[in-house]
Amino acid sequence: MNHQFSPTSLAAGMESVGVRIDGVDLSYGSHRVLKDIHLDIKPGEFFAFLGPSGCGKTTLLRLIAGFNTAQRGAVTIGGRDISGLPAHKRDVGMVFQSYALWPHMTVRRNVAFGLEERRVPRAEIERRVDAALDLVGLKHLADRRPSQLSGGQQQRVALARTIVIEPKVLLLDEPLSNLDAKLRVQMRQELLSLQRKLGLTTIFVTHDQEEANTICDRIAVMEDGIVQQVGTPQELYDHPANLFVAGFLGTANVLEGQVRAVDGGTVFVMGGGVAIPLPRGVEPGAEGKLMFRPQNLFIRQDGGEPRDGHVRLVGVVRHREFLGASIRYAVDIGGQQVQVDAPHQAGDALLPTDTPITLDLAADKARFLRR
Amino acid sequence: MTSLALTRESIARVRPGPAVAAVLIALFLLLFLVVPVVQVIFVAFQDKTTGAFTLINFADFFRNDLFMRSFWNSFYVSAMSVVVASALALPLAYLTTRFEFRGAVLIQSLGIIPLIMPPFIGAVAMQLLFGRNGTVNLLLRDHFGISIPFMEGLNGVIFVQSIHYFPFILINLSASLKNIDRAMEESAQNLGCHGFRLFRRIVFPLAMPGYVAGASLVFIKVFDDLGTPLLLNVNDMLAPQAYLRISSIGIADPMGYVISVVLIVCSLLALWVSALAMKGKDYATVQRGGGGLARRRMKPLELVAAYAVVLLILVLVLAPHIGLTLLSFATIWSFSPFPDAFTMKHYGTVFLESGQYITNTLLYASLAALLDVVIGTAIAYLVLRSKLPGRQWLDYIAMAALAVPGVVLGIGYLRSFYDVPMPFTGQPLSGFWLILVFALAIRRLPYALRACTAALQQVSNSLEEAAENLGATKLRTISRVVVPLMSGGILAGFVTSFATAAVELSATIMLVHSQSDAPLAYGLYVYMQSAAGRGPGAALGVFAVVIVGLGTYLSHVIIERGRRERGQDH
Repeated sequence: MNHQFSPTSLAAGMESVGVRIDGVDLSYGSHRVLKDIHLDIKPGEFFAFLGPSGCGKTTLLRLIAGFNTAQRGAVTIGGRDISGLPAHKRDVGMVFQSYALWPHMTVRRNVAFGLEERRVPRAEIERRVDAALDLVGLKHLADRRPSQLSGGQQQRVALARTIVIEPKVLLLDEPLSNLDAKLRVQMRQELLSLQRKLGLTTIFVTHDQEEANTICDRIAVMEDGIVQQVGTPQELYDHPANLFVAGFLGTANVLEGQVRAVDGGTVFVMGGGVAIPLPRGVEPGAEGKLMFRPQNLFIRQDGGEPRDGHVRLVGVVRHREFLGASIRYAVDIGGQQVQVDAPHQAGDALLPTDTPITLDLAADKARFLRR
Repeated sequence: MTSLALTRESIARVRPGPAVAAVLIALFLLLFLVVPVVQVIFVAFQDKTTGAFTLINFADFFRNDLFMRSFWNSFYVSAMSVVVASALALPLAYLTTRFEFRGAVLIQSLGIIPLIMPPFIGAVAMQLLFGRNGTVNLLLRDHFGISIPFMEGLNGVIFVQSIHYFPFILINLSASLKNIDRAMEESAQNLGCHGFRLFRRIVFPLAMPGYVAGASLVFIKVFDDLGTPLLLNVNDMLAPQAYLRISSIGIADPMGYVISVVLIVCSLLALWVSALAMKGKDYATVQRGGGGLARRRMKPLELVAAYAVVLLILVLVLAPHIGLTLLSFATIWSFSPFPDAFTMKHYGTVFLESGQYITNTLLYASLAALLDVVIGTAIAYLVLRSKLPGRQWLDYIAMAALAVPGVVLGIGYLRSFYDVPMPFTGQPLSGFWLILVFALAIRRLPYALRACTAALQQVSNSLEEAAENLGATKLRTISRVVVPLMSGGILAGFVTSFATAAVELSATIMLVHSQSDAPLAYGLYVYMQSAAGRGPGAALGVFAVVIVGLGTYLSHVIIERGRRERGQDH
């Protein structure tokens, strides 16, 4: 199982192309599934469509593959508009969530299928199939039926079957969702190294932010048929454009309050009169909320003065969760609840519930989000 | 600890209830299925006079021209029926599963209509519509000067049988087409495959198991059928030969038994071939993602062609029904495209003369169906939920009835129960009407058993355990939780058994002892023997169709309601 993809001749001779999605709109009846989507995926990029189920990410992927038709907009691959092409002429390789390996064919015949459809000479088919199976480390299983393979092996066959035709773009529809947790971690590394080796522009659909964060160059976060934000994993986590993105990528503390002007700037004032300085650009009276991560709060049991740039909050411990490396406390601060992560060392005692507690917030890490 | 657990286990294992039920069922199956069939096989290998083991009977069979011709005729008719039935079923299955087609409902009913009329009932009507001097050929001759031998000799049997049995292929094939994961097709398209190549390389191979299942069923049904060839007066086929041999020469003549063995062997061969063809190809479980193939809208021309095909098949399928109805109201219908005049008197005749047939049928069919669901539920429960050793064998033996042609069962009963005198009257037991009920019950048991097993499989084990956990005894659990939850499936099984038993001819025709004990199918056969009897026979046939049709409709309603209640209707 512990296999790494090995480089082969398959990697050579492929030229990476970009994918552009221009103002795509798609409805099923009166239900608008995709709303004015614009995306620019760079050549050779590992790109993710991330979002909860029903957000439209799979619909968008199937649109690129040619299984859905948009009412408006265009999909361009390598500068060529492919919106009018039927699925079988698009040259985009798709790996299906269920793998969709044909049970009536052996592994070898499955992988050879796309080449046979392209009328590639017999000898070349055999050579390329061998190379593809070698790439995913399954050459020794070439004569098995798909039903005789494990989930991870089926996944590799599906990949080999797709990349053997040297597609312009690789589409992956939740490729890891049918694997167990341990295999998932291993496969995502293998996927990444394969993608790097081939330099193949890859679009990865997932609902799992950890998956997207660990392997993708950039992510489009989608919700309700709209692309909420596009960026690298770090950009999305550190500078979410809105509350949905903030909440979908990691745990977010969200506080209610008002934006007021003070000497030398604006502050976010919560109930109880606590004021948190805001960066420039937020005008007094603006509607919105304050967001920060659990690790931006520090428990101060010594009760000393707050450190530079920190704002003091006081509250009461309501719940606690022991997570191993840290303890996550839910703390009630003046009627609003925040989560605090406290690092844990062996022997540390946990704070009991209903303990009054003093917290410092690193104010520069907090972000004001309008929606 | 271990020893205690072991004792508990062994105590649980000898709980008497299931064992008693199993023994009773085993006895019933032994007496009314195993013994008669074994008896038939035994006699086939016995010397007629000395009773010693011999192969001479089989040698006689293979040396006899008539028997060999009958054998090849049966084989030819069955194979051709599969071919014609496939030709009818394939376009329909393709249309429903691949296109957005409004006629889909029409096609679904096409799949049921033929099955509600036993083929032998429609045979005579088909003769009048498609025969040498039937409606179609008279019209063709008048207008074009040609005639088509639809109903000449074996053609007639093939024609009638394939119209009747093609739904088996249609239903199985459509079901497996619908079970194909859409991603199977899309991944092929994604790799550059489309159109007919896509159908040939991916879709059809994946649907193959369904097709083979349907086709082998058609083959066996046609091979074993007695009523249709008899009514079309085609006697040089195997099943009619077996019947004629026994009914004209007597139950001592070994040839009837030899033919029976040949029938059984051929049924088993067909089942074996289909099992072989399907080995390792049970793709039904591959579905994980979205189900069903992608459907597309048809272009106008395609739509016209599609409707033309569907309508043509519809006309063919309805032909026996139309012909039968016309015949039942006709005064005289001979050498003319349509009856000369219409009358109600045949129905009057049937009511006056043949009320007995109808009441007998209702009695026999409902008793047989009741027996089937009781035994079916019991076997299903024993197999799925008890730990009784050898419980699988009850299922196997009950299902083995599928491979036993009706004629064979009838001959077996005659042989086994003829010498057993009834208490009090001293009549042979084989003439007692209850024997007929048992024969019907054994014949329909496989279907009822599958329905009951499917129903029980849907009742989660934990529902039962919950009842027991709350203090219900095993018997109370079964009666208050399991059976009520199975009731939809049981009822559907009952209705199916009832409807099909009501028109069974093969076994009945051998076992009917006196006119007063005869069921409807037998009466129909008797009526159809004479030209004067055709009208009343057709009227009786209409009754049969109504009974079976109502039954089928009821079971459909029951199954649908059950499905809705379980929330599977989406």
